Amino acid sequence: MVKPYKELREVIDKKDRGLRDKVMSLQEAIGLIKDGDHVAAGGCHYSKTPMAAIWEIIRQKKKDLVYSRSITSTEGDLLLVAGVTRHVVTSWFSPGVTWGVSKVMRHYMQQGLATFEEWSHMSLGLRYRAGAMGIPFMPTRDMMGSDLFPRVPDIKEMVCPYTGEKLALVPALNPDVAILHTQRCDPYGNVQNEGLPFMDEDIALASDKVIMTTERIVSNEQIRRAPDRTTIPFFCVDAVVEVPYGCLPHECYGQYEPDFNHMDDYVKTMMGKGPEGVREYLDQYVYGPETWNDYLERLGFKHILQATVNGRGVYND
Amino acid sequence: MTKAAYNTAELVTYMSAKALEDGKIVFAGAGMPLLACILAQKLHAPGLTILFEGGVIGPHVEAGKLPPSTNEQRCARRGNMLLSITDVLLLQQRGYVDYGFLGGAQIDQYGNLNSSFIGDPDKPKVRLPGTGGANSIASLASKVLVAMHHEKKRFVEKVDFITTPGYLHGGASREEAGLTVGGVYQVITHLGIFGFDKKTRKMQIEALHPGANVEEVKERTGFKLIVPKELPSTEPPTEAELRILRELDPEQRYTRPREE
Repeated sequence: MVKPYKELREVIDKKDRGLRDKVMSLQEAIGLIKDGDHVAAGGCHYSKTPMAAIWEIIRQKKKDLVYSRSITSTEGDLLLVAGVTRHVVTSWFSPGVTWGVSKVMRHYMQQGLATFEEWSHMSLGLRYRAGAMGIPFMPTRDMMGSDLFPRVPDIKEMVCPYTGEKLALVPALNPDVAILHTQRCDPYGNVQNEGLPFMDEDIALASDKVIMTTERIVSNEQIRRAPDRTTIPFFCVDAVVEVPYGCLPHECYGQYEPDFNHMDDYVKTMMGKGPEGVREYLDQYVYGPETWNDYLERLGFKHILQATVNGRGVYND
Repeated sequence: MTKAAYNTAELVTYMSAKALEDGKIVFAGAGMPLLACILAQKLHAPGLTILFEGGVIGPHVEAGKLPPSTNEQRCARRGNMLLSITDVLLLQQRGYVDYGFLGGAQIDQYGNLNSSFIGDPDKPKVRLPGTGGANSIASLASKVLVAMHHEKKRFVEKVDFITTPGYLHGGASREEAGLTVGGVYQVITHLGIFGFDKKTRKMQIEALHPGANVEEVKERTGFKLIVPKELPSTEPPTEAELRILRELDPEQRYTRPREE
């Protein structure tokens, strides 16, 4: 599971790290993902979800992906039902506490059709961080004593050589591809993320390839006016795609809140009909629309406007 | 008490809020724990600092706008700082967090919580959403508070799966497993407040809420509780306090009356 250090170095060594334009279409960017890849998604739960990237992954019928994310929301249902992944690495998996336990997640996991590899939230974060740091593991003081410990691969226990204490060691996670969304990014891939950082920075540094979708592509001059706000350096990034409203129906900090009407409707269908309901949803919202903008049109102007007004509210005080 | 002016969910929320001291730092889970923390700030603890696993230090969540996740922008409102999930969770490992505050689906006599599987984990009857931040919180916060509705199927002798560690198998087993700090401090239900015996680490009654009695508590508990000779009674919420709670959750998303 832990990639050999030489291999990690070779990947970076071969990567073109020059200051070059990486702007491309969503199709081209998602084309960088191969069947069987480990794909880590940024954001958390229904916030900063790289939904456009996930939408395109489903449309391109990727197979056998391992999908990891800090907390997985409705996008996990879509990936399971679309047959893109049978292996989800996460700490929590359901739409949200007031919406109940995902019937789709339950179906796949209870029938043994897919694996839900459950790490503590912090341990999963430390796995990406170890990956970002180029070290094979990170010691942690959680997970121990719980029944999660024996069920996850490659976690170890060690006696600290300094203090004699018992510690858990979690293996570095270096995903093949990261899919991340942000508010602002230049054509080279300098990212200026706003709001909650989640695990995005560690995931970007840990991953072999990084696909950035962004609300706006700004000039490199604009980035250079405020370099203190840059959160991911350009040389990590392999693709830059401008996708306005790229997280909907989930949220993007300061831009839009979730489209809660859509979320409520989705949950109703998903909880009512299970995987069959999600198949209908995929036909209507993922396979049906020709472009991402057509998808947004199906979500509806009024709902998007309301989400936008709510989202911008963080700057009102 | 014959006719209660509050429902059981409101009572749990209120009693949980009362357990939080002013000037402390609390790591709050989504749902009712979050509501109780905000209520505590309004009632007696304006200097209570809330941390959310989404990466927020000291937000002020607006009344009526409690989000169904602690990982979204409404949780960040008027916060002091936003940081990564990993870093906010690490604040607990460093020792900055007084309370970890969790809800629970299933708890056992040693305060272990299950939010992963009902039934055999290899062939589960129900796959639950998982740990989220709970495992890290319960492993590392100085004092863990658990708030839940008191039902026999939720208070079991042994949880099907230890997602979130309490005192594991009792005695010194928690420390021996490597969890050298923290542990479950209080379990707050709609019937009373519960603690753990210092030696055996088994659950004991610490106080009963108005109208509750030991018989009902026993009836609704799937294991043998330690019952001390003297049982203090908690103070119920006043009308004014209830009004504040209801302003915070006007749609009763977290304080919906339960069917009994």
